[in-house]
Amino acid sequence: MAKATVNTSAEDRLILTNKNRRWDEVRGRSLVTICAIIMIAATISVTVFLAQKGLQSFTVNNINPIAYLTSTNWNPVGSGEASYGIFPFIFGSLAVTFLSALVAAPLGIGAAIFMSEISPRFGKKVLQPVIELLVGIPSVVYGFIGLVVLVPLVRDNLPGIGFSLFAGVVVLTVMILPTVTTIATDAMRSLPDSLRQGSMALGATRWQTIRKVLIPAALPSLLTAIVLGMARAFGEALAVQMVIGNSRDIPETIFDTSATLTTIVTLNIGHTTYGSIENNTLWSMGLILLVISFLFIFIVRYLSGRRKV
Amino acid sequence: MQAAATKESIFQVNDLNLWYDDYHALKDVNLEALNNEIYAIIGPSGCGKSTFIKTLNLMINTVPGVRMTGEINYKEKNLLDSRVDLVDLRRNVGMIFQKGNPFPQSIYDNIVYGPKIHGIKKKSELDEIVETTLKDVALWDEVKDRLKSSAMGLSGGQQQRLCIARALATKPDVVLMDEPTSALDPISTLKIEELMTELKKKYCIVIVTHNMQQASRISDKTAFFLHGHVVEATETSKLFSNPEDKRTEDYISGRFG
Repeated sequence: MAKATVNTSAEDRLILTNKNRRWDEVRGRSLVTICAIIMIAATISVTVFLAQKGLQSFTVNNINPIAYLTSTNWNPVGSGEASYGIFPFIFGSLAVTFLSALVAAPLGIGAAIFMSEISPRFGKKVLQPVIELLVGIPSVVYGFIGLVVLVPLVRDNLPGIGFSLFAGVVVLTVMILPTVTTIATDAMRSLPDSLRQGSMALGATRWQTIRKVLIPAALPSLLTAIVLGMARAFGEALAVQMVIGNSRDIPETIFDTSATLTTIVTLNIGHTTYGSIENNTLWSMGLILLVISFLFIFIVRYLSGRRKV
Repeated sequence: MQAAATKESIFQVNDLNLWYDDYHALKDVNLEALNNEIYAIIGPSGCGKSTFIKTLNLMINTVPGVRMTGEINYKEKNLLDSRVDLVDLRRNVGMIFQKGNPFPQSIYDNIVYGPKIHGIKKKSELDEIVETTLKDVALWDEVKDRLKSSAMGLSGGQQQRLCIARALATKPDVVLMDEPTSALDPISTLKIEELMTELKKKYCIVIVTHNMQQASRISDKTAFFLHGHVVEATETSKLFSNPEDKRTEDYISGRFG
């Protein structure tokens, strides 16, 4: 009945839809291509800009790059001869990163196993929202809590003055724990159920299944979780700066004050003159941060390539 | 029939009823599976056949909300009322799944997984288990030079045979197979079927299959499940040539299901 009143033939309708669809296709594709180009352009321009600025202290100010990286003497404006050695800060950055990862990794993976294998219901309803909330807390809040709660606690109960590498590690551990846990949980959940069943059907207990089948199967993804946590710890400035004490020497113990690349940059970039030697050396630290962050990303890419399931 | 008298009874299921919460999935199931026989379970989707096979090694217990009454006697031990040692039960009752599910580890590690869990540590003993089980499933010649390479690199049919070898490595009495060839091509299917006929010399095999030709080709007994009931359970030759129940006849002649 409707056929008689529709005055376009099937062919017309087909061609019409085709036209519409093609236009739609072009529009959609250009939109997402532009987004992709903006992303790539942003990454490349930041890298190029930072490389250009960061290399100035070596090309314009003639600082020896090897001395810059290995010297332990950071004395840019003090009395006597100026010296630009950033090794203590590289050391501090790596120390807080690895130490916090060392603590956060077992905790995060343990929590992930709890959420995916032991109590999925409680995990989904309670633990997961809590962890997502933790991610959303601004780093200044972590730093502030570290400053008013953790630092006095360390001062009263442990050696040192409270501001310390140790305090930095504790704050960072709490900050990266949600990252590690979330990614590790995804990794565990994405394992096919057939692995669990296969193992249980052979007489393995749940714990044996977790330890001998599931963790090895998820290992590349679990390592990715840890490395991403480390990348976050490595780049964090504000919270660490508030508790670490910001001294320019290599800490002798974990309870000594210390500093990281990020804390030195955020502390000093505001009161150095643009274009001065000290300002340029801070840009160089930024470049080093970027290079090491790239390194983390490469490790993650390499690990994802090894994913087995 | 006189052969049956000499065969050991492995599973004796009496009036088994099973509920998933409120859903009554198995109704008064009675079956007996003997050693050195292949017992095929056929029926349309949702008839309870997969549920049934999972009760035999109590893998069904991993499903929340399951309740059972009746008896599942495995070698005269009721799995439902005594406190069964699941580890021991599953060592003796192996299970093969629809799709080969090797662990993402080496071929060797896949096979020694079960034996290691059950306490075998000696390398020479483990090596021997790997060789004999791989020979049992006719995979030895194909993989003997790459035992240390990943099992994930094997083809679908090889993976399924590896899983059978993995199940045999714990020296079971029974091998349960839940549609073991449904994801395989005809040639791999044929190999698995040949393997089953070979394996029944040593084991009791219970297989769930969608493929009625498969059931008639390889099994000694067949049970036809419908809506949780066993409609007919008898010699395979009789069930397929001369079924007693009208519904069985309709199903095997393809009139429904």
